[in-house]
Amino acid sequence: MNPLELARAEPGPAFTVTLDGREIEALPGQTVAAALWTAGVTSWRSTRGEGRPRGIFCGIGVCFDCLVTVNDRPNQRACLLPLRPGDAIRTQEGTGRHE
Amino acid sequence: MSEPRLAVIGAGPAGLAATLAAAARGVHVTLVDSAAEAGGQFYRQPAPGLGARRPQALHHQWRTWERLRDGLRTHVRAGAVRHLTDHHVWFVERPDTGGFTVHALVGPGQEEAAEVRADAVLLATGGYEKVLPFPGWTLPGVVTAGGAQAMLKGGLVLPGRTAVVAGTGPLLLPVATGLAAAGARVAALVDSADPASFLRRSRALAGRPDKVAEGARYAGQLLRHRVRTLLRHTVVEALGTERLEAVTIAALDRDGRVRPDTRRRLDCDTLAVSHGMLPHTDLADALGCRLDGTDVHVDAEQRTDVPGLWAAGETTGIGGSALSLAEGHIAGRSIAARLAGRTPDPHEWTAAARTREKLRSFFAAVDSGYALPAHRAEQVTDETVVCRCEEVSAGAVREAVRELGAGDLRTVKLLTRAGMGWCQGRVCGPGVAEVAGCAETPGRRPFARPVPLGVLARAGETAGPARAAAPEEPQDDAHRDQ
Ligand SMILES: Cc1cc2nc3c(=O)[nH]c(=O)nc-3n(C[C@H](O)[C@H](O)[C@H](O)COP(=O)(O)OP(=O)(O)OC[C@H]3O[C@@H](n4cnc5c(N)ncnc54)[C@H](O)[C@@H]3O)c2cc1C
Ligand code: FES
Repeated sequence: MNPLELARAEPGPAFTVTLDGREIEALPGQTVAAALWTAGVTSWRSTRGEGRPRGIFCGIGVCFDCLVTVNDRPNQRACLLPLRPGDAIRTQEGTGRHE
Repeated sequence: MSEPRLAVIGAGPAGLAATLAAAARGVHVTLVDSAAEAGGQFYRQPAPGLGARRPQALHHQWRTWERLRDGLRTHVRAGAVRHLTDHHVWFVERPDTGGFTVHALVGPGQEEAAEVRADAVLLATGGYEKVLPFPGWTLPGVVTAGGAQAMLKGGLVLPGRTAVVAGTGPLLLPVATGLAAAGARVAALVDSADPASFLRRSRALAGRPDKVAEGARYAGQLLRHRVRTLLRHTVVEALGTERLEAVTIAALDRDGRVRPDTRRRLDCDTLAVSHGMLPHTDLADALGCRLDGTDVHVDAEQRTDVPGLWAAGETTGIGGSALSLAEGHIAGRSIAARLAGRTPDPHEWTAAARTREKLRSFFAAVDSGYALPAHRAEQVTDETVVCRCEEVSAGAVREAVRELGAGDLRTVKLLTRAGMGWCQGRVCGPGVAEVAGCAETPGRRPFARPVPLGVLARAGETAGPARAAAPEEPQDDAHRDQ
């Protein structure tokens, strides 16, 4: 059993986005975080101070741990932002502003 | 005269119940919510693109949701309710000209601004989870229990294959059963609560046999999914280098101290953890509302002490969806009467008021049963990060208290930067208070959301003179150095 089966989901056709240039599949309606979790990725940012890996923590937009760069815009909350076909996700180091 | 206008902020159980009650009584309602769909945390819906034909498989009390959803649709179609999705409210203003202006940022990118004018406002913004620090809690794979639930209900995804659900509180039950039903192996549900403390409160708990039955249903589901429940146990440490690999758990003695001889390792790639919930109070606080501890203060009609401003649901205190529904219903009826210039007769909502009373005392009993272990802070090593955004360690907080004499959260913050990052102390506040040994106070934040400076400048132009105090510092500056 997986969550899609449990909810008897019949999603629209999957589309492709990229994570640091690598192609991954996303389903319509999924947030950046949901697609990354599906692809087995749980961390996509390193912290400013100690360079430690981070991903989802609160899942609802409160904690800002899930920050990520999408289509060259840094500091987007992956748990809130829905994906669109062709979106380019980039893992973010520190402030994400040096890029 | 035109119809009285109400702005409801939050489309969870409380906001929806209030919207339906007020709209049915001739009030024009604008329902403003940051999510793409109505439902709030309890009734979070999968994104429509996912085409879920049986979303109820992830839910409880689906019939209630259907009633709320259909009621909302009917009112929206009739033009009595306007539902603004993807609207993040960052400030509610009381212009000198009267009424309220609700300021929101629109869309997932949150760059455009929107304003809603209203004669009355209901705050129904719910709450968020409290997680206290412990070694390893910043590792990817460690998520809040509600966050795991939100990702599951909204995105139909699991964080990993093998989960431990831990901490304390009633939310752990739906999360453990939800993850298990969706195909995760739940290695254990670890709750620091002492079963004896529930026995001592059995009178208050028995006052809500339906709730006790709900608990029994969860217990049955845990059994069916072979989830071990370990009471009076705690997670001492989350282990791993780049991501979570295992947790160390241990039993607690009667005084709430870890029994070292009971430490053992549980392999897992997910730790869903929660130490309770906190109300969202930013908007209320910025409007000058009185708070009781961490809760927005309301009277029997759910009115705050600011004229024209009501609050319902978990903003006024944590107590679950049924209590939120009752409070929302009462607020909606009270608002409709008051906006029509009438003093409402409380007999109009006798049943809802009774539900509210019973559930408040039920949750007070539950809450004290789920008290955290007295010596929890001893487990927080000096190296443990307590403020996730600014990466401030427990050692730095202790030093600020011990060496520099900081005696309250504000001073600790100034000396260590704990609470100055992106989340503005929402996440670390309780943990810093615990480590510093000072009182947990609701944080004072000028805005409920980070606001781009351009939006801030334009809001000042259009909204006229503001009665609320001007912000001390533009949020964007506070965040720019992230
Ligand atoms: C992540 C999470 C998951 C939970 N899952 C469960 C569960 O599975 N089972 C259970 O029994 N309980 C769960 N709870 C507890 C839940 O809080 C209550 O049961 C119930 O949903 C509270 O209802 P409410 O109407 O007070 O608030 P909520 O349901 O929290 O609704 C508040 C709404 O306000 C919106 N909002 C908040 N701030 C703003 C703002 N500034 N601008 C615009 N909109 C805003 C939110 O998007 C949300 O839709 C969960 C709590 C959390 C935090
Ligand atoms: S996970 Fe907390 S903001 Fe996205």
